[in-house]
Amino acid sequence: MIKKLTFAAALAAATALGGVAANAKTLVYCSEASPAGFDPSPWSGGNDFDASSRTIYSRLVEFEHGKTSLMPGLAESWTVSDDGLEYTFKLRPGVKFQTTDYFTPSRDLNADDVIFSFERQWKKESPWYSYLPGTGWEYFAGMGFPDLLKEIVKVDDLTVKFVLNKPEVAFLPDLGMDFASIVSKEYADQLEKAGNLQQFTQKPVGTGPFQFVDYQVDSVIRYAAWDGYFGGRQKIDDLIFAITPDPAVRAQKLKAGECNIMSYPAPADIAGLQADENLHVAEQEGLNIGYMAYNTTVAPFDKVEVRRALNMAVNKQAIIDAVYQGAGQAAVNPIPPTMWGYNKDIKDDPYDPESAKKMLDEAGVKDLSMKIWAMPVSRPYNPNAQRVAEMIQADYAKVGVKAEIVSYEWTEYRTRGKANDRDGAFQLGWTGDNGDPDNFLFLLGCEAIGQSNYAIWCNKEFEDLLQAGKKTTDQAERTKIYEKAQEVFKREAPWLTIAHSKVFMPMTKNVVGFEMDPLGIHRFDGVDIAE
Amino acid sequence: MGMAPRPGRHLAIARTMFRYILNKFALIVPTIIGITLAAFAFVRLLPGDPILAMAGERGVSPERYAELLERFGYNRPIWVQYFDYISGVLHGDFGVSLATKRPVLGEFLTLFPATLELATVAMLLAIAIGIPAGIFAAVKRGSWFDQLTMGAALTGYSMPIFWWGLLLIIFFSGTLGWTPVSGRIGLQYFFPPHTGFMLIDSLISGKKGAFSSAVSHLILPAIVLATIPLAVIARQTRSAMLEVLGEDYVRTARAKGLSPRRVIGMHAFRNALIPVVTTIGLQVGTLMAGAILTETIFSWPGIGKWMIDSIGKRDYVVVQSGLLLIALIVMAVNLVVDLLYAVINPRIRVQ
Repeated sequence: MIKKLTFAAALAAATALGGVAANAKTLVYCSEASPAGFDPSPWSGGNDFDASSRTIYSRLVEFEHGKTSLMPGLAESWTVSDDGLEYTFKLRPGVKFQTTDYFTPSRDLNADDVIFSFERQWKKESPWYSYLPGTGWEYFAGMGFPDLLKEIVKVDDLTVKFVLNKPEVAFLPDLGMDFASIVSKEYADQLEKAGNLQQFTQKPVGTGPFQFVDYQVDSVIRYAAWDGYFGGRQKIDDLIFAITPDPAVRAQKLKAGECNIMSYPAPADIAGLQADENLHVAEQEGLNIGYMAYNTTVAPFDKVEVRRALNMAVNKQAIIDAVYQGAGQAAVNPIPPTMWGYNKDIKDDPYDPESAKKMLDEAGVKDLSMKIWAMPVSRPYNPNAQRVAEMIQADYAKVGVKAEIVSYEWTEYRTRGKANDRDGAFQLGWTGDNGDPDNFLFLLGCEAIGQSNYAIWCNKEFEDLLQAGKKTTDQAERTKIYEKAQEVFKREAPWLTIAHSKVFMPMTKNVVGFEMDPLGIHRFDGVDIAE
Repeated sequence: MGMAPRPGRHLAIARTMFRYILNKFALIVPTIIGITLAAFAFVRLLPGDPILAMAGERGVSPERYAELLERFGYNRPIWVQYFDYISGVLHGDFGVSLATKRPVLGEFLTLFPATLELATVAMLLAIAIGIPAGIFAAVKRGSWFDQLTMGAALTGYSMPIFWWGLLLIIFFSGTLGWTPVSGRIGLQYFFPPHTGFMLIDSLISGKKGAFSSAVSHLILPAIVLATIPLAVIARQTRSAMLEVLGEDYVRTARAKGLSPRRVIGMHAFRNALIPVVTTIGLQVGTLMAGAILTETIFSWPGIGKWMIDSIGKRDYVVVQSGLLLIALIVMAVNLVVDLLYAVINPRIRVQ
């Protein structure tokens, strides 16, 4: 018995020590997945960005903390030529790259670093283009940069000019994205000379708030505040990512004090975390949309009246209550209300099964049976597509429409969903990545058919507005264009807009200064731990 | 028979033993070929592919898709891809992960010690509890202890690992606060991984409290991973003991007046051990399967979690080479068990 007690006591002691040392200020973040690497540009996962671009690196322009508006970053100021083809950036002088035990910079940031950061993703002749086998620089290509960029010119050491092939209004916000992080050319040159290019992604060097210390694969990432950060040294000394893939386990770790803050709680755990008196659960409207796309090329869904009737048959509020458990709001437009350009005047199709039934009759639709596609995975914009499908199925039954629910493995699901002759209505969603309305509305563009336009909808009026929005630089002007585009969208109803979901971030009460980011990024600059 | 063994007899034994080993090895080659084929086919039979998995909701244009397919070499005929893979493996090149761009063998070697450490401790736990429990249950056949143990073994055997792991975390880490929730060691301990085995590294580090922190982190995952093998070993030990206890020589030993402890320990248990050893060998495969779930729950940076992540990303290279490496290890362990078995039990050699 005594033996047992000492064992328990030893365990308890070990656990107490398992907390975080108190002398240095350490913030522990329970993250959801291992980063693929620490180069900010080749990868596209949110967890990759959290671990690389947002901690270690900075960009020419930055999103304001917790917002989608832009502010100067490594560029102090910039000018845009009247034709929208030339962007000239004045770099901030005296920006220091991090000094680590594997690299000591001999100079400050200059135009060479900026040019290198983009050309390595662009110019195939650079050894850095292919230093990671099979890398396609997905984000750089995905944002259309290879076609967009004509050249990047060094005007002087602290001035760099981007020349574009065509005007692109989202060019500045694009430069605030993770793939556009600025890396050190001097470090790259040094590694190239040593023939050790791989180290570039394993031991990163940037100009950001934290510098890299160590990574134990699939387990722990350690960072330290970078003393020379141009934005000022951080209040915390150490930042640790404790990689914890299971959301229920992350919640337990937070409760047990093994971390200070966690990402993506499971919906079922939120109430319990909110009830814990040591914790605070921050929440924010997500920059996202969960939707169900009709195949607008297949009868009877090619008829607007049928699509609108089906929209009116669905009790959205019931879905918000049951599936999103209140952590969401019914979506009216394809862009979320927190985004500029959102059209507040548009009214949602009312929930009205009677009228829906009548409209279907009038459209000559009888005994309709259709498929409802349900994603096999839980996503921020739709935590349980299967349940949503079941509720829509029940609603449809009330207006005499028979629906069958289908689902496939996640990548297969999207592949099949893109087929032009896809049978049925397809659930999916989107989370924005640069805060521009075009970053949502492009999903419905004619060019996106076969890629992300699951409604297979190509509407001339909408498309013209979309293209006009891309060419206009004035935000007030663009707002008008996008408001109109939303009207067209609502009138034509290619989607059932389901919900914009809330995003939660549980943390211990002593964490101060953490701002939830509408782009879903987890940033730890400016965070402190209260004594 | 009182005679000194003739020199020729040793030679004969050595020869049959050699033939036995040769037979075993002869089986290994086709098995490995089969495994490479299965591993190669398995991940390609899964719906989806690495490019689509990477693209996410954004989607990918057909031109871009074709370009990437070509860059990865997945537009080549399937048999060319297979021979490419095999010739790489034969040269010790297991390929480069599509997701992380790191060499697969390097990733495997980094992560494997964590799995090995966990699996070893779990296996020792399963043996240390399973065998005595099985013996005792057999000796006290029909008693409350027997029924309780076998009931518990059946429950343990059918326990869903994920649920069981969470239950232990919530109770021991959450409610009681005795053990840490997950990870391998307290975060305040930061030292280079010399061996990859946290129990050893924490001792080498010389940091106060590091070893006990490592032990406390190991307890729950080891229990979870040990549960199924423990149940199997206990049941196997019990039934092997029951069989042996009914044999004539055990009755003779009892009739000679030997103490029950001697009868059970010396005569019965040694013979019952043979099928138990086989069972333990076979449990190595079970441990690998269990490690996948256990590592995911406890954020244990081992190869189980690595494989699951890679299957999700359709990282063909990691899955096909990782499966092969794991299979090679399981086969090696089973081969060693087979050889040990032949040493323990001379009858096997003759067959």
